[in-house]
Amino acid sequence: MDSAKRPVSPHIQIYRPQLTSVLSIMHRITGVGLGVSAIVLTIELFAIAYDREFFEASIQWLSGFWGRLILFLWTLALFFHLCNGIRHLFWDVGRGLELEQVYRSGWGVIIGSLTLTVIVWTVGYTACS
Amino acid sequence: MAKLSLPKNSVVGRGRTYSVEKKSNRLKKFKIYRWNPDGDANPTMDTYELDLDNCGRMVLDALIKIKNEVDSTLTFRRSCREGICGSCAMNIDGTNTLACIKPIEEIRSTVKIYPLPHLPVLKDLVPDMTHFYAQYASIKPWIQKRSPPSAGRENLQSVEEREKLDGLYECILCACCSTSCPSYWWNSDRYLGPAVLLQAYRWIADSRDEAVGERLDELEDPFRLYRCHTIMNCTNTCPKHLNPGKAIAEIKKLIATRS
Repeated sequence: MDSAKRPVSPHIQIYRPQLTSVLSIMHRITGVGLGVSAIVLTIELFAIAYDREFFEASIQWLSGFWGRLILFLWTLALFFHLCNGIRHLFWDVGRGLELEQVYRSGWGVIIGSLTLTVIVWTVGYTACS
Repeated sequence: MAKLSLPKNSVVGRGRTYSVEKKSNRLKKFKIYRWNPDGDANPTMDTYELDLDNCGRMVLDALIKIKNEVDSTLTFRRSCREGICGSCAMNIDGTNTLACIKPIEEIRSTVKIYPLPHLPVLKDLVPDMTHFYAQYASIKPWIQKRSPPSAGRENLQSVEEREKLDGLYECILCACCSTSCPSYWWNSDRYLGPAVLLQAYRWIADSRDEAVGERLDELEDPFRLYRCHTIMNCTNTCPKHLNPGKAIAEIKKLIATRS
């Protein structure tokens, strides 16, 4: 038989998403997102120093609905990546690798990153008003 | 680069439907991946209706019933039918497990059955495991000794030393874990995958083995070991409730801490 014509069995198309794999891919996505946003942050810092007009215009935009939504997701991504990063550090020293612990810390990361994000935004809004 | 989509010849089409004539309260639909190496057709999902009142309670019982009574061309591997041999490993209801110990009643809706993910298919639910076994052979799964046995004829082991192998030696090499790992899907050409790495650790952890250094040298490689990103799909899916993810973490720790 011609082995070249053998099909590849379906994989990501059919494998059930679960906390383990979903948090793992989220860690990557937020990592890439934070990398990109670090460049944006750098541009903003340059703008403060060299281009006041651009800076004020961008702040204006960021205060709008879409700007705030992006900033909110940015905060969430930051805290998720931070919390899950700490989870990975525990794993790297060989702790918390039993399945129940993996699930408990996984939900902990989700709840933790949401809580921290809400706290930051509450503090932000209170400070500004 | 990871290829997320299936090649053209692997895209799954719609297949035939086999219904039962007699009406029953406990009808269950099984959708099963079919591919015939004779001919050029793409794989399909065939639908089989079964009356659970006349069927054993495990998914393997249903497969055997279909093969015996409905469609004798259905091809799958099975042997012990009690979770010991690992032959009937397949993807059932979205996760990898052994068909012989997966109760049908645990699956609410239609039972979808695929071969183990991201492997070349020989026929229907039978994947080609050649590469997986070759990777297993590459970690030298046997005791390597240089010194003669301490007790003359036997290599003795204390109870505590033997206990370190618990949770490792039970692995039946069914490949459920390896084929549940996204990293193994994209990198199986060079990444050893959870099952083989758990086996590697089984020999590293064995007090009688005297080749731990060489074993770690072999594994210290960006692909062979370090494509593991602690996704933990492996531990989640293991039908024997072992922990390949933890075994891999132990190997990483040993490499990081050795002088």
